[in-house]
Amino acid sequence: MAEPGRAGRPVSFRGGGFMPRPVGAVGPLVFLAIVGLWEAGSRSGLISPLVMPAPSEALAALGHLLETGLLWKHLGASLQRLLVGWTVGTVLGIAVGVSIGLFSLARSGLAPIVAAIFPIPKIALLPLFVIWFGIGEGSKIATILFGTFFPTVIATYGGVDNVDRSLIRMGQSFGLSWSSIVRKIILPGALPAILPGFRISAAIAIVLLVAAEMIGAEFGVGAYILLAGNLMATDELIAGVVILSIMGLTVNWLIARAERFLLRWRL
Amino acid sequence: MELRLDGLHHGYGPVEVLRGIDLDIPAGRIVCIVGPSGCGKSTLLRLIGGLELPNRGSVIQIGEAPPDSLNPLTYIFQDFALLPWRTVEGNVRLVLEDHGFGRDENARIVDDVLARTRLSEFRDAFPRQLSGGMKQRVAIARALSVSPEFLLMDEPLSALDAQTHELLMDDLIDLWTRERFSAVYITHNLQEAVRLGHRVVVLSRRPGTVREIIEIDLPLDARAGHTRELETHRQHLWRLIRDEAQAAELELVDG
Ligand SMILES: Nc1ncnc2c1ncn2[C@@H]1O[C@H](COP(=O)(O)OP(=O)(O)OP(=O)(O)O)[C@@H](O)[C@H]1O
Ligand SMILES: [Mg+2]
Repeated sequence: MAEPGRAGRPVSFRGGGFMPRPVGAVGPLVFLAIVGLWEAGSRSGLISPLVMPAPSEALAALGHLLETGLLWKHLGASLQRLLVGWTVGTVLGIAVGVSIGLFSLARSGLAPIVAAIFPIPKIALLPLFVIWFGIGEGSKIATILFGTFFPTVIATYGGVDNVDRSLIRMGQSFGLSWSSIVRKIILPGALPAILPGFRISAAIAIVLLVAAEMIGAEFGVGAYILLAGNLMATDELIAGVVILSIMGLTVNWLIARAERFLLRWRL
Repeated sequence: MELRLDGLHHGYGPVEVLRGIDLDIPAGRIVCIVGPSGCGKSTLLRLIGGLELPNRGSVIQIGEAPPDSLNPLTYIFQDFALLPWRTVEGNVRLVLEDHGFGRDENARIVDDVLARTRLSEFRDAFPRQLSGGMKQRVAIARALSVSPEFLLMDEPLSALDAQTHELLMDDLIDLWTRERFSAVYITHNLQEAVRLGHRVVVLSRRPGTVREIIEIDLPLDARAGHTRELETHRQHLWRLIRDEAQAAELELVDG
């Protein structure tokens, strides 16, 4: 053991690190720096206005959209398609996913079909949907619905499969009815898997929305971007892309809020 | 109401788990079942409560449960089986909701059992906020809320640390002294068996058969003062189980 009176030195520290944390204003600063460099590049002529508009021009295009009230027309049309398609697709997807998770017949019958159709990029089916549902709203909503449906089915039945069997056994041992077990044990138990599925399906829905709006739509963010591209109006094009980015961020934020509320028991 | 196990046989595929179990389970007493691991104790308990059907033989209920018993055969699980998304109160209410009592009556029953298990101040806590011992007390409260005729407990204390284990054991002894419930109590802890059991059933290794039944006549609340007598019982049980346990151990190593 250590002799009394002998000098020592502290044991050298080798823990710590590997824990990245968000640092206050760094994010906005980097964003502003990039926009600032871009603006400077455009003004000095380093970036040709034919290739990339200055951020201030894109902003002006956005302002123009706002003034003329066209923004709300485009956004309204897009959000309506997104909301209807995503909601119906999600509801149907959860219903089918739960059936696959609960019934042997549904599992044997539907799971292989879902697995076969899930990887098809639904954009490839868009022309078919135009033939089936017409060039109007029908084909656009059907595309989004289809794109949302499959990932939701897969997330849902994966979630149902992963519900702790001992909780179901507990429910049975207390004589709970079948519907009580499904509503109070299986569905809440599958929720932690269903909600992240929403993020994926929402992202897919936005991609499909833009694609669908590029065929025969008068209004909609996708239609606006397509038109801008055709006219080589890069400032409007960038403005449209910014709208899409804000749309995606908002959707993500809403889902995160929902998650935090619905899964507050987990924390 | 009493239970009688009549020539129970059970197995999974080629594996024979239980062979010819005959056993009477009286009312108002705690029957402990001990045996080496893998001998089929949990399987036996699932058969008793109707969560699984025996391959042969039957579990017979003698006499009717009183009508106010909502769930005559009620389990308390080793892993507590609480719904993590429901609070303490919600977990207890879960098993009442299907009986159609209405909100007020449910609340009355919940208040009553939470008070009896000294959980009232934790009614709004989620399971993740509770220690293991508290979780098991919630599970006990939930079981009591349906006025069971028999409590079926599968190693209810074995997931707990030693101190919590002791505290909950005292709780169970208190509870029995007050309420005289009937129970089948599975354990691999012989100390538990001699402190809680009025009757201890020793199973042999797989395929499980009844090896011996011992009766311990001391009242539960007086047992703390009779450590010598309990120790004698415990050693007797250990001698019975040791050889079986060793053989079972080797079996597991062989696969
Ligand atoms: N559902 C099942 N399917 C197949 N085999 C099973 C099943 N349940 C249990 N077994 C087997 O039956 C035997 C008895 O299991 P059981 O869980 O009843 O034993 P136990 O006495 O409770 O063991 P432990 O002391 O480890 O809790 C074991 O060999 C186990 O592998
Ligand atoms: Mg067991």
